Amino acid sequence: MNENLQYRIRARLLKVLHFVTLFIAMAIICVPGLWVVLNSFRPTVEIMAKPPVWVPGDLNLDNYRAMFGAVGEGGVPVLQYFTNSLIISVTSTLIAILVGMAGGYAFARFRFKGKASIFIGLMLTRAVPGVSLSLPLFIVMAKTGLIDTHMGLILVYVALNVPFTIWLIDGFFRQVPVELAEAAEIDGCTRWQAFWKVEFPVARAGVASAGIFAFLTSWNEYALASQLTRSTFSKTMPVGLRDFTSEFTINWGGMCALAVLMIIPALILTFLVQKHLIAGLTFGGVKG
Amino acid sequence: MAKVNLRKVVKKYGALQVVHGIDLEIDDNEFVVLVGPSGCGKSTTLRMIAGLEAISDGEISIGERVVNDLPPRNRNISMVFQNYALYPHMTVRENLGFSLKIAKRPQEEIDRAVEAAAQILSLSEYMDRKPGALSGGQRQRVAMGRAIVRHPDVFLFDEPLSNLDAKLRTQMRTEIKKLHQKVKSTIVYVTHDQVEAMTLADRIVIMRDGHIEQVGTPLEVFETPANTFVATFIGSPPMNLLAGRVADGEIAIEGGPQIAVPDPFSGKVVNGQEVILGFRSDNLMPAGHAMPMEGGFTEFDMKVDLSEPLGTETLLFGSLAGKEVQAKMLNPRPVSDGEELRFQLDLTRCHLFDANSQQSLR
Repeated sequence: MNENLQYRIRARLLKVLHFVTLFIAMAIICVPGLWVVLNSFRPTVEIMAKPPVWVPGDLNLDNYRAMFGAVGEGGVPVLQYFTNSLIISVTSTLIAILVGMAGGYAFARFRFKGKASIFIGLMLTRAVPGVSLSLPLFIVMAKTGLIDTHMGLILVYVALNVPFTIWLIDGFFRQVPVELAEAAEIDGCTRWQAFWKVEFPVARAGVASAGIFAFLTSWNEYALASQLTRSTFSKTMPVGLRDFTSEFTINWGGMCALAVLMIIPALILTFLVQKHLIAGLTFGGVKG
Repeated sequence: MAKVNLRKVVKKYGALQVVHGIDLEIDDNEFVVLVGPSGCGKSTTLRMIAGLEAISDGEISIGERVVNDLPPRNRNISMVFQNYALYPHMTVRENLGFSLKIAKRPQEEIDRAVEAAAQILSLSEYMDRKPGALSGGQRQRVAMGRAIVRHPDVFLFDEPLSNLDAKLRTQMRTEIKKLHQKVKSTIVYVTHDQVEAMTLADRIVIMRDGHIEQVGTPLEVFETPANTFVATFIGSPPMNLLAGRVADGEIAIEGGPQIAVPDPFSGKVVNGQEVILGFRSDNLMPAGHAMPMEGGFTEFDMKVDLSEPLGTETLLFGSLAGKEVQAKMLNPRPVSDGEELRFQLDLTRCHLFDANSQQSLR
């Protein structure tokens, strides 16, 4: 057979194989999410059916209606949970970003005693599994009266996120040449102005990505929140999912509906900030 | 437009001293080039003038003002960085106008100054591009434009051409010189390239290990180098240096020819003194292919190990007293490796240095 033809067929086959593999991988990643969305529109009978019903026969908004309905009829204080989640996630993210910028900038720019050990120390805190902190945190929060408050959970999430934001933002500030700030200072800026007018805008892609990560961590966190929040007034949405379990039954449809509500803001935020994530802003300012 | 004065300026990093009390007076509108090998303290000196590095001791003044502790923004200086340091998130127009905007000048004044700078550097076409979309030479011009917009007292250049390719470098070198003619101003320029230093400077400051070795016009440092370091650093190819001993009005090169003590040094050496004889390749030429020797000269034979034809002249590499020596051949003819030629050394253009101090005996 023609040698060229052979190679062409082989290239085609490889390409097909490539797509099939990709499809399988994406399916594994996406099916659970899609299943959640699908289930939120289906009655329990269909969700629990064996063998599973892949093509839905009956799609409706019953689960959502019930969720927003009265407490006795399967209703859950969705808005309250949503507000709690929003307050806690946004506040803790803002604080984590501010601390992260200050810390990241210091690690990127300044030389000081014990820099390496402090940095490693910060990273080591990431090695501790979050759940193992739940009991100590519970005791501390209980003693300080911060249990079951927004403030308590905000503090925990800040502590959880700061090492990561520092690490990420440090990396981005490292990429910003020192000369940019120096040029700004010569152009008449104070140190403070040089940071906000030049270094921050150049590194904002990094700050944005650190922000997304911090937000998603706080937004999705379940283990600690389930220990530290008890009442409607502080429960976050992931903890709220448990409202759908009762002694003998689990309302899967309702749980999925609430889960969908959780996913939406995270998706929106990621899309909004995504364009800032495109790195490469620092290219071109220096060298050729 | 101002003088710059450095008095006993010292820079220490902890116990490490990198600039050892240098004195330098730079005149109004003068173009001074600091040149030296890397690590000689030239960039540190420039950064101390800029205020980006604190000085450890001494005094720096710009105009009549002592600026020792003033932050960069209060020194009324501009600086062009080696990597240009353009603000990547701003357009060329915003880059140029940044300093005036920070100074809160009225928008129309900013526009006028930016336009003027763009005119001088022919940047008008690129005003709305970001630095990322510019070529190396254009970025370089934006960096210079940003410097001239604010009409500083002093321009500081930190190796501004070292990131450009050879052709562009020559071109930008000319542009910098033109810029100095157009925008009369004091310029302090740092480079490690002695050709840049020679071509641009009104005065060259040659530095080594945090000391100033010599200050002078390009021709002064070329023709009367103060020591062997300057002699080899300035000029290309570097000056030939041969160790010898003075004996009865002649210099005996160990294992080489006897050479009469050049006239300018005749009263300045004593019998038995260890000296170093220096001469440039331009003054050692094969007989028949040399410039007419006007004063005293000496002749000796030397084998040519290697030749590099450059067109109008050929560089010849031989060895004298075990050291490589470079010579030049005018109106060149092909030279085969290993060929023995008669060379003429122009004594009026020779230099003598003390072997111990390495200083010129002139």
